Amino acid sequence: MAESKPKIKKEVVPMPKQRPEVRRRNFNEVALGYTEKQAIEEANRCLQCPKPQCVQGCPVEIDIPAFIRLIKEGKFDEAVKKIKEKNSLPAICGRVCPQEGQCQKFCVLGKVGDPVSIGRLERFVADWERAKGVAIPKLAPPTGKKVAIIGAGPAGLTAAADLAKLGHKVVIFEALHSPGGVLVYGIPEFRLPKSIVQAEVDYIQKLGVELRLGYLIGRIYTIPELLKDEGFDAVFIGTGAGLPRFMGIPGENLGGIYSANEFLIRVNLMKSYAFPEYDTPIRIGRHVAVIGGGNVAMDSARSALRLGAEEVCIVYRRSREEMPARREEIENAEEEGIICKFLANPTRFIGDDKGWVKQMECICMELGPPDESGRRRPIPIKGSEFLMDVDTVIVAIGRTPNPIIQRTTEGLKVTRWGTILADEKGKTSLEGVYAGGDIVTGEATVISAMGAGKKAARAIHEYLMGKNS
Amino acid sequence: MYKIVTKKELAPKIKLFEVHAPEIAKKAKPGQFIILIVSEKGERIPLTIAGYNAEKGTITFVFNEVGKTTKQLGLLNEGDSILSITGPLGTPSEIRNFGKVLCVAGGVMIAPMLLQIKALRNAGNTIITIIGARIKELLFFEEEMRALSHNFYVATDDGSKGYKGLGFLKEVLEKEKVDRCITMGPVVMMQNVCEITKSFGIPTIVTLMPIMVDGMGMCGVCRVNVGGETKFACVDGPEFDGHKVDFDQLIKRQRLFLPEERLSSLLWEQLGGCRDGRK
Ligand SMILES: Cc1cc2nc3c(=O)[nH]c(=O)nc-3n(C[C@H](O)[C@H](O)[C@H](O)COP(=O)(O)OP(=O)(O)OC[C@H]3O[C@@H](n4cnc5c(N)ncnc54)[C@H](O)[C@@H]3O)c2cc1C
Ligand SMILES: Cc1cc2nc3c(=O)[nH]c(=O)nc-3n(C[C@H](O)[C@H](O)[C@H](O)COP(=O)(O)OP(=O)(O)OC[C@H]3O[C@@H](n4cnc5c(N)ncnc54)[C@H](O)[C@@H]3O)c2cc1C
Ligand code: SF4
Ligand code: SF4
Ligand code: FES
Repeated sequence: MAESKPKIKKEVVPMPKQRPEVRRRNFNEVALGYTEKQAIEEANRCLQCPKPQCVQGCPVEIDIPAFIRLIKEGKFDEAVKKIKEKNSLPAICGRVCPQEGQCQKFCVLGKVGDPVSIGRLERFVADWERAKGVAIPKLAPPTGKKVAIIGAGPAGLTAAADLAKLGHKVVIFEALHSPGGVLVYGIPEFRLPKSIVQAEVDYIQKLGVELRLGYLIGRIYTIPELLKDEGFDAVFIGTGAGLPRFMGIPGENLGGIYSANEFLIRVNLMKSYAFPEYDTPIRIGRHVAVIGGGNVAMDSARSALRLGAEEVCIVYRRSREEMPARREEIENAEEEGIICKFLANPTRFIGDDKGWVKQMECICMELGPPDESGRRRPIPIKGSEFLMDVDTVIVAIGRTPNPIIQRTTEGLKVTRWGTILADEKGKTSLEGVYAGGDIVTGEATVISAMGAGKKAARAIHEYLMGKNS
Repeated sequence: MYKIVTKKELAPKIKLFEVHAPEIAKKAKPGQFIILIVSEKGERIPLTIAGYNAEKGTITFVFNEVGKTTKQLGLLNEGDSILSITGPLGTPSEIRNFGKVLCVAGGVMIAPMLLQIKALRNAGNTIITIIGARIKELLFFEEEMRALSHNFYVATDDGSKGYKGLGFLKEVLEKEKVDRCITMGPVVMMQNVCEITKSFGIPTIVTLMPIMVDGMGMCGVCRVNVGGETKFACVDGPEFDGHKVDFDQLIKRQRLFLPEERLSSLLWEQLGGCRDGRK
């Protein structure tokens, strides 16, 4: 490009959003998406760097400048195709990828102003395509091989799509009654509408993938049974990290204390926000405390507010700088009126005579030197305990790998954190058994789970075709 | 969709369903349960597997109509289908030759106990059975139980049939040397049984029924305190060492959503109580 000194537009085109005072009481999507005009305007900011830095930040290596150029030129369908070469779920990634720490972190424009909003552009073209109707790609001729995918989260869905395109017969076994993994049971409607996840699942089914819901592998079939008795040639495990962690402090089993998983499963998967139209109840009090500082804590806090809580307070043991949640979501939460209490940690819960929580005792913390994670370690300050009046507590301090497969699959090597041991390509210690996503890495991101699903699909394909000859 | 093959009313508000679910029928074992959803907007409810027939491809469960979902379920007939069934869930019971086993079942849980007794008997155990209910009209499976037991007793809360209450259990245990006790039924009944067996030093297995949502270890609502440790009943149980269970906490946790459950049931009845939950 030999243009002389393009004028750099430093500010990102703002994303239209629902106003905070409106959205804090509804479950509709907060960010409304770019219009065509806004998308082209934002795409025009991209410098089309000959050595694009942004690409290294994307775990699936999307050709970012190429798809942005196509948007500039108004060729939206080609832009989607470009993205889909690497990422089969762009409508989802465009919404939930922590872009500020990935692709956008490396964008050169970030040095002089706002980085190009790659995620919003990705979302724009994906939404544009969905509105128009998604084209089904040509599938490779059938190979006669059968692959079982365990878990219909991002890792499993991605692996399934890729394997189906390569001509394999794919069956997904999902334990819950709805596919999507965390995308449906965890991330709330206001951040990722369920209709988008459903559209992606429909797409995968159109590729010929069979979806069996209500199949808890390890109980209905074990992995050896799938391989030996049920005629599968390979298995991919994408069962995620869904086991809630508790703090182990007195009073934790009182009423009104939910794990973030229970709370979010009730609200998102079972649609308790529409109780009694939907049968699954949720009880939300007036004073809600959410323990933790990640995306899960933000999602819980914002959901609690939308369910009618008077006051929602996030209690986090370190300071704002160490919060692992996405910046954008912290800002959204604060705009909605959520209070953050930093440098505090619960020590016990006090219940009323009916066994319902009424108070939470916390201790103040100060930050010491950095720990293994590089973040400064919180240290309790002696004698600084204080009480908070609460009637609902949501514990969002992390989740560990789902354990049922590990317990029921002999010979499958597991780490001491309970994750499944797998190599770069997703190969586990058992022949024909692959794994990827949160079940291998521990809690991570949607895009890294998809990346793992992709890699494993490639490895499974090689394994199956090698076995053939 | 899972088709209902047989429907029977065993006692007032207690119904048996035999349902076509061939894959579950092949894998189910005593002590396990299923989770079902009746209608599109319905909740997930756990029910214990009370029988399975791999050849016919069916499973059986028995339920008590207590709230909206079970009442809605009770309105389904032979030929109708259940929207979703997940199972088998939970850790299967330990079945082997223990020697002499005392089986105490109450209420609707008499049904899954019959399955346990069959399995325990096949494993060579001597079986002493006690079945109980609030009133005699709520008893069922008496003949089937009697036929499989070496000794058989009936008890009711009001004394309308058999012994009144469970006090006589002490006398039974003084007479017989029991190696193991298993008990399924209302929490208070299991708690009473545990108190008695504890004084005789008899290992006692209880089936816990806390509130559940996913039934696969993901939400933690089913957490119970067993010997000072938090366990998830859906994956670590539902059977536990009854002498270690904190029953008082369990009772409180079972009642967490009582007002909402009442509201749900009431609204549904006011709207005419039809099958899909709406008018
Ligand atoms: C509330 C919340 C908010 C988040 N926000 C973000 C965000 O903004 N951005 C981001 O990038 N990441 C976010 N994450 C993390 C991200 O969602 C996960 O890293 C990602 O979903 C992992 O994908 P997965 O496919 O490995 O597992 P999951 O999405 O957990 O899916 C696993 C699936 O396997 C099923 N399963 C489990 N065991 C079995 C079994 N034995 N048999 C059959 N099926 C089984 C489960 O039911 C589930 O459907 C968030 C997570 C949570 C909980
Ligand atoms: C492992 C397990 C096995 C069970 N087996 C049987 C059985 O074989 N037969 C039988 O009749 N019942 C069984 N139950 C209890 C049964 O699940 C409840 O009666 C049912 O959920 C009530 O739903 P409802 O909407 O009709 O009533 P609701 O009005 O919602 O509730 C009535 C009572 O049921 C309990 N309950 C409510 N929701 C749940 C839930 N999601 N999970 C568990 N308990 C709940 C509550 O303690 C409440 O007091 C079992 C429960 C568990 C956990
Ligand atoms: S997938 Fe995620 S990291 Fe990659 S370009 Fe899109 S938003 Fe950025
Ligand atoms: S680094 Fe930024 S400006 Fe350069 S190509 Fe990537 S998105 Fe465009
Ligand atoms: S029911 Fe959710 S963890 Fe047991």
